[in-house]
Amino acid sequence: MSRTTRRDFIRDGVAAFTVSFAAPAFLCDAALAQGAASRNLVVIYLSGGNDALSTVVPYTDPFYYSRRPAIGVPAGQVLQIGSDSAGRALGLHPRLTGLHSIFNEGRLAVVQRAGYQNSSRSHFEGTDIWGSANPSSPSSLGWLGRYLDTMPSPVDPLIAWNTTRETPRALVASDVGVPAIPDARTYSFSSPNSAAEAARERSAATRMASGQTPGRSHLSFVNGTAQAAFSTLDRVASVVSYTSTVTYPTNGFATALRTVAGAMVRGIGTRVFWVSTGGFDTHSGQGNAGGGAYANLMGTLGDGVNAFYTDLRNQGLLNNTLILQFSEFGRRVAENGSAGTDHGAGGVMMALGGSVRGGLYGTAPDLNPDPSNPTLEGNGADVRYETDFRAVYAKVLDSWLGVDSRSILGGDFRGQAPAIL
Amino acid sequence: MARGDQSIDHLLRRAGFGASTAELAAYNGQSLSAAIESLIEYERLPDDVDSKIGQSAYVGITTRGQFSPNTNIDDARQRWLFRMVHSQRPLQEKMAIFWHNHFATAYSKVAGAFGSVQGVRMMAAKSGELPGPQGQLELFRQFALGKFRELLVAVARDPAMVIWLDGRTNTRTRPQENFGREIMELFTLGIGNYTEQDVKAAARAFTGYNVQRGAGTDNNDPNTYYQFVFNANQHETTAKEFTFPIYANGSRTIPARAAAEGLQDGVDLANALALHPQTARRLAGRLWSFFVSELVAPDEAFLAEIAAVYLQNDTALKPVMNHILRSRWFWDSRYYYSRYSWPAEFVARSIKEVGWSGFSVDTARTPLVNMGQTLFEPPDVNGWELGRGWFSTGTMLARMNFASTLSSNQRFNLARDVTATAKQTPDAIVQYFLGRCSPTQYDGEPYDALVSYVGDGLTWTGSDTQVSTKAPSVVRLIVGSSEYQFV
Repeated sequence: MSRTTRRDFIRDGVAAFTVSFAAPAFLCDAALAQGAASRNLVVIYLSGGNDALSTVVPYTDPFYYSRRPAIGVPAGQVLQIGSDSAGRALGLHPRLTGLHSIFNEGRLAVVQRAGYQNSSRSHFEGTDIWGSANPSSPSSLGWLGRYLDTMPSPVDPLIAWNTTRETPRALVASDVGVPAIPDARTYSFSSPNSAAEAARERSAATRMASGQTPGRSHLSFVNGTAQAAFSTLDRVASVVSYTSTVTYPTNGFATALRTVAGAMVRGIGTRVFWVSTGGFDTHSGQGNAGGGAYANLMGTLGDGVNAFYTDLRNQGLLNNTLILQFSEFGRRVAENGSAGTDHGAGGVMMALGGSVRGGLYGTAPDLNPDPSNPTLEGNGADVRYETDFRAVYAKVLDSWLGVDSRSILGGDFRGQAPAIL
Repeated sequence: MARGDQSIDHLLRRAGFGASTAELAAYNGQSLSAAIESLIEYERLPDDVDSKIGQSAYVGITTRGQFSPNTNIDDARQRWLFRMVHSQRPLQEKMAIFWHNHFATAYSKVAGAFGSVQGVRMMAAKSGELPGPQGQLELFRQFALGKFRELLVAVARDPAMVIWLDGRTNTRTRPQENFGREIMELFTLGIGNYTEQDVKAAARAFTGYNVQRGAGTDNNDPNTYYQFVFNANQHETTAKEFTFPIYANGSRTIPARAAAEGLQDGVDLANALALHPQTARRLAGRLWSFFVSELVAPDEAFLAEIAAVYLQNDTALKPVMNHILRSRWFWDSRYYYSRYSWPAEFVARSIKEVGWSGFSVDTARTPLVNMGQTLFEPPDVNGWELGRGWFSTGTMLARMNFASTLSSNQRFNLARDVTATAKQTPDAIVQYFLGRCSPTQYDGEPYDALVSYVGDGLTWTGSDTQVSTKAPSVVRLIVGSSEYQFV
């Protein structure tokens, strides 16, 4: 089925169907997707390469502690989340108390050993691969950018909202320039003059940016950016006055999530949000449960997401929201000489939301350094991936965003997709 | 006719940060060849720009207590911006920011390790103003057009870099790959030209490169400092094998050495990487994007020529830049205005062109954050995302709003400077400011929109009140327009 046919099919109102349990999988997906007009996707990128083995701790594996004597999270402190299908007992980092509650409510899906073959150990290439979903050509358009390019033209410039300053690879599209709005308050047009004159300036600036510049595509590009700014100013301004139902932590990550919640509550039309928190390149001083860099990172992540999740619940938006978390790679199994970890391979993805089928997906690695251990690679140094990250993307595209994942991803990953939705 | 179509303006936008009216007049008094020579042979000119900070004829700085550019990051940023606006050696400052992006090191991690005073010292301290080594920025200024291989060796021993890429924890028993990887991936060869085996060997070569306290006990004391140390006890002494030649005889192996001699491992590797033909090509490509064009891929002949000049001159950048600034590519008028300006360039150039009397560079600090370029704080070791990467709706608004802030601040000067002739018609006043600022040529529609703005909401008489209102607005529209965002 071609992309166009599929999308037309959805647009033309599959809501009229009553889907039975015997219906083919794609019909279930389509039915789920029919409410796509009000659905939000919030992607959380942990920048720097998250040490998945400290996020989701295989606390009964003796090799975990022997290979991580300084940074292993003590078994007595993990927040237990049961055992996976391989029988490995797992626990969340002790600073993830909010996520633990959401897990217990059945709304947090943990996809273990997410990655891809021959994982890049480079931050930049790794980020590009996760962003493009194309390991063989990582500098291509982003997977979400390609999704945005399927939108009927003209596309609302606010269809996606990047809360970081730089456009991530994942949001690079050919037809849509995703706005970067780290702080809604500074997203305004100031003037040397009074309000009336300021309005004339804005009008003139808008007309200047709308003028024809034949044969100068670089000018057209910047003009397009300016036009998108002008056409989104007033809607973004409406978010500034948002009063959240909970108090968010005072850091950039939580502030960005609060802004996202405001945009959802104000209903300004944004469907895809990009949020990031950094510092995960923990080569040294990682610490374990109590102090150290990693505990702070988990505190930022867990407290921020928990505030956001609670706010959305209070606003009745949970069922319309899918939160997807990833990082560019996991880290080495063994700690290095500076109580940190170097760049590794397989990592962990998480999905949260009112429609998420929570639980543990995939299996934890066995951390025995034996070179023949099939769950590790590189002579037992790194975690070998089990679930291709593109399979998770496929699930999100098919079941949440309502597009055919095969056309976006350039391959069929549906068969391997964990049933997180 | 915008003034910026002149060759000298092109030269100064690229090899400097643009030109004020007075600078333009001075440069116009000499031949292009002499102008290039004075830009490149900048050591003949005094390095006295810092002594002008605080003088009334120059752009202002804002002090919070004592001005402390060696120990306060905001003041370090102000000093650098001041240099960009007023240095008599603009190419030196231009290369300094080029190298800052190339060897992108972030203050926050350095300060996180030893506190803000030591962090600023390591990033920006000027030699001789405090005891201890100079900061990384001064290293980039020192080697601005020097030999790249010497710069690379110096960077490997730079305290800020050692902290930034975790050299402190790169030890004999536990080699730490961060610096070993990035020196090949980002600083020299580029990805695809080395293997994971090379990364591991490089990490081992740099084991023992560390920092230690040189004086003092209190990190908040400006007289306390850290310096590079080679810790022989932590050096891994066995031979290191690479997939590319390390020595002139073709040998790919750094030999086993006594621990005390181990410092040389890193020097040998850095020299080999700097002299690698792939590094020569990669640097040539980066120089093409910075000095020639971002809109077209590097000309193969350019890459070959520049790489050859680089290698024939033992990696010295001065002959390389001399070659570039006199090349047919640099002077191809199709490539004028074909690079997206960096926010710091945009800020410095607009201050030079619009004016600075009564303006403080401190006013530009927060706007620069919103434009996506916090000096001393690149997003990661890969540097800033250049080209189109600078432009998003938020960063574009930040540029427009800085133009508004600056022109509002300069309202009196702008209105005063408008000549009687220029007041006569909306078109004349627009032409006047296009002679003062240097955007690329406007096409008809945007130009007409700009002119019609002058008459919007009033019947133009050219009265002082009208000029005072419209002059800063016209300037903000020009400086905030897409046509101004290119160099």
